Amino acid sequence: MELKINKQTYQVDAPDEMPLLWVVRDLLGKKGTKFGCGQGLCGACTVHVNGQPMRSCITPVMVAKGAEITTIEGVDAQGNHPIQVAWRENNVPQCGYCQSGQIMSALNLLKNNTSPSDQDIDNAMSGNICRCGTYPRIKQAIKDAASAMQQNKGVK
Amino acid sequence: MNTFKLDRREFLTLTGVAGGGLLLGCSTSGNAPQAMFIKSDQPQKLNVFVSIRPDNRVDIINHRSEMGQGAKTGVVQIIADELDVDWEKINVIQGLGDRAYGDQNTDGSTSIRKFYTKLREVGASARAMLEQAAADYWQVDKSQVQAKQHKVFNLANGYSLNYGDLAELAANQPVPNVASLTFKSKEQFNYIQKPVPIVDLHDMTTGNTTYGIDVELKGLLIASIERCPVLYGRVKSFDASAAKAIPGVVDVINMPATVKPVVYTSGSGVAVIATNTWAANQGRKALKIDWDYGVNKDFDSDSAFADMANKAQNPAKRSAEKGDITAGFAKADQIIEATYQVPFLAHAPMEPPAAAALVTDTSCEIWAATQNPQAVMDNVAGIVGLKPEQIKVNVTLLGGGFGRKSKADFVAEAVYLSKQMGKPIKVVWTREDDIQMGYFHAGAVAHIKAGLDKRANITAWQQRSVMPSIKTTFDPSTEDMLDVELSLGFNDIPYQVESLQSESSGYQNPVRIGWLRSVSNIPHAFALHSFVDELAQSKGIATHKYLRQLYAQDRMINPAEDYGFKGYTNYDESLQRHPISIKRYKAVLDKLEQLVDFDEKLPAGQAWGLAIHRSFVSYVGVASKVEVKNGQLKVLQTQAVIDCGIAVNPDRVHAQIEGAMIFGLSLALMGRIDIKQGAVSQSNFHDYPLLRMQQCPQLAVEIIQSDEYPGGVGEPGVPPVAPSLTNAIFAASGKRYRVLPINQYLSV
Repeated sequence: MELKINKQTYQVDAPDEMPLLWVVRDLLGKKGTKFGCGQGLCGACTVHVNGQPMRSCITPVMVAKGAEITTIEGVDAQGNHPIQVAWRENNVPQCGYCQSGQIMSALNLLKNNTSPSDQDIDNAMSGNICRCGTYPRIKQAIKDAASAMQQNKGVK
Repeated sequence: MNTFKLDRREFLTLTGVAGGGLLLGCSTSGNAPQAMFIKSDQPQKLNVFVSIRPDNRVDIINHRSEMGQGAKTGVVQIIADELDVDWEKINVIQGLGDRAYGDQNTDGSTSIRKFYTKLREVGASARAMLEQAAADYWQVDKSQVQAKQHKVFNLANGYSLNYGDLAELAANQPVPNVASLTFKSKEQFNYIQKPVPIVDLHDMTTGNTTYGIDVELKGLLIASIERCPVLYGRVKSFDASAAKAIPGVVDVINMPATVKPVVYTSGSGVAVIATNTWAANQGRKALKIDWDYGVNKDFDSDSAFADMANKAQNPAKRSAEKGDITAGFAKADQIIEATYQVPFLAHAPMEPPAAAALVTDTSCEIWAATQNPQAVMDNVAGIVGLKPEQIKVNVTLLGGGFGRKSKADFVAEAVYLSKQMGKPIKVVWTREDDIQMGYFHAGAVAHIKAGLDKRANITAWQQRSVMPSIKTTFDPSTEDMLDVELSLGFNDIPYQVESLQSESSGYQNPVRIGWLRSVSNIPHAFALHSFVDELAQSKGIATHKYLRQLYAQDRMINPAEDYGFKGYTNYDESLQRHPISIKRYKAVLDKLEQLVDFDEKLPAGQAWGLAIHRSFVSYVGVASKVEVKNGQLKVLQTQAVIDCGIAVNPDRVHAQIEGAMIFGLSLALMGRIDIKQGAVSQSNFHDYPLLRMQQCPQLAVEIIQSDEYPGGVGEPGVPPVAPSLTNAIFAASGKRYRVLPINQYLSV
């Protein structure tokens, strides 16, 4: 089966029902997307499929066949997307394990809402668990990224 | 529990800091530095932590496990500061499991407090060797040279040499005696007490970090294990035919039966080995296993709590005593008593346990998300028939630990399977495995009874703690709690009491008990600080004012002298270096009172509560503001204050306390593991929920500036959270909740 991940095409030999998570991690060796719960409860495995955030641990690979898949590795080659920059400026990560999923959820939020309120951020991020407790910094980083993205637009 | 400890002298000898060393003759004639120094392209080792490369980069080893607490950065900050290197020129290298580094068991909030002095010596020693090398080269006395930011300067003429140029010459210097070392003053620090960003920050935002679950090896196979849900149960028989028919499944292996005591051994079960994780998990679901659940199949945690509550009402083993408690109660104007309960808890790190192993006839190499590589070495040596020091343990990043990954059971599984298969095997736990196969935080009951005089002074204080000891995991016949458990917020109370009596009892149960972030401080602090709040409320005194009354005059508490508790462990620190200081408790209270207006008139249903607790030799105060309305609890605001002595990395201290508030809220609001018919009832985040962003209060953290020796940071934020919360709920609603978690009473 053919998969398009981060604008590259891959041939994989996987059963239709195999979750996208394990295809990406085990068959294609992209380890940035994390396993957290296997039931779509924690958001650690979040990727984008045709621009929509999906819990890859419960998404059969057949669903993503032919679609544009984006993983954390595809957000920005150098890691310089304003969200990633804001994450670093706020020193968000502790253990870092859930942060790929957090960033993918934040990316979707800011695509649809250029200046989210606290409530908007809570709603968009409530599916992503962080056991270390980085929520306050995630919230601040999202706000900072939103203003940075607004300013970038203004310049263009 | 860690048993391997090096004293200071052994540590320095092993690390080469105080070793003899050989003074090798070296030419200091007028050769050009390039010709003189660049002889090798190999890093030159100055001690086991520091090597300098000819290209001027410096390798610094972090010997502690990084699980989000920031040790990997903090350890390097301390060495780098005394070594006086340019941060941009450091390669941070994760140390293998090796006793030469001293204790690597990354728990007990020890990485900074137990190594601060030693790591400064490591850095200063290497700096002295570089300075001596430069002095030899210039043929001047060492007093005429000075290291600064990756160069050694000749003070007479201002010439300088890069560390890289001096590497080989420095490596041949004798290792200086500790007594001869010079240390920076606080004003000279470049990295200590600075908010240095964590080493892996960039990679964590791009998905390029490697945790245990991410390890890749040539020919690696994945194992998923169906384990017996009841401790000490075993496999009677199994049918693997359906599992083996699943594409990708390579083999099915019967695991050895759980041995008693369980310690860190792999448990009874059946492992499915496959080419990928999905196939392994599918194969596992297709197994048909006939279990012998054994003698523990009827164990029920509700019955255990009923037993423990009963024990808490009756006399038990005495561990501390002050004055005459009978007289104290006789003269009391009022007697108050209450019983508190905290459930069993699971650690639930975001990365479930995972480890890879490659065992051959003559070697064993491991890649593991472990908090304790030396325990791994000890734990698996017997499985492969090698000596512990022959086991090579690579420590990956940990996607959270909280105590769970100190236990090497999952590593033993990988080693056993690799030995059986003769191939590299990675064991990957599911979330269900993680929640159900934990080393659980002990379910605990505490009972406190106090007599108060008319002015609310405490004339008598009687307390009982009941819980299964951690030692039951290592020796199931253990009947009592350990002194170390009674030292965690129990026999070290900071309040003025005229008389005191402490009793405790262990509880034998078929549960693997482990240590979880702040350990017995969780139930002890919950009982102690809830109870003090109850005393204050019963007298109509504001709790923050009552605390000041109970702290009384500035003094040092000495549990042996004051309470007759001979077994006080003080977090493995001396009371001279880390006293129990009432002054520091009061300073935390002062700061909280500055930051929070406890007497503020709030809308109906809203209130503040507080608790201040010392653990891991740091002091943390937490004030929680809640709203209780129509059966719904909302935690609005949390203000924390920490005095951890010198904060080596203030930003990470902030982060750890923020995280501890959230960890504490998770357990207070929702944390509960039940065991029915010997097996854990909960299985994933739907029934073992963790705090989510929309439940997270507005958080603020204040660090008290201090020049005291560093205290622990990872754990001490947790204990005061639950009592500050239930105290606030009481103030807001008049309801006192003495049995956690809160979500059995209120929507959260």
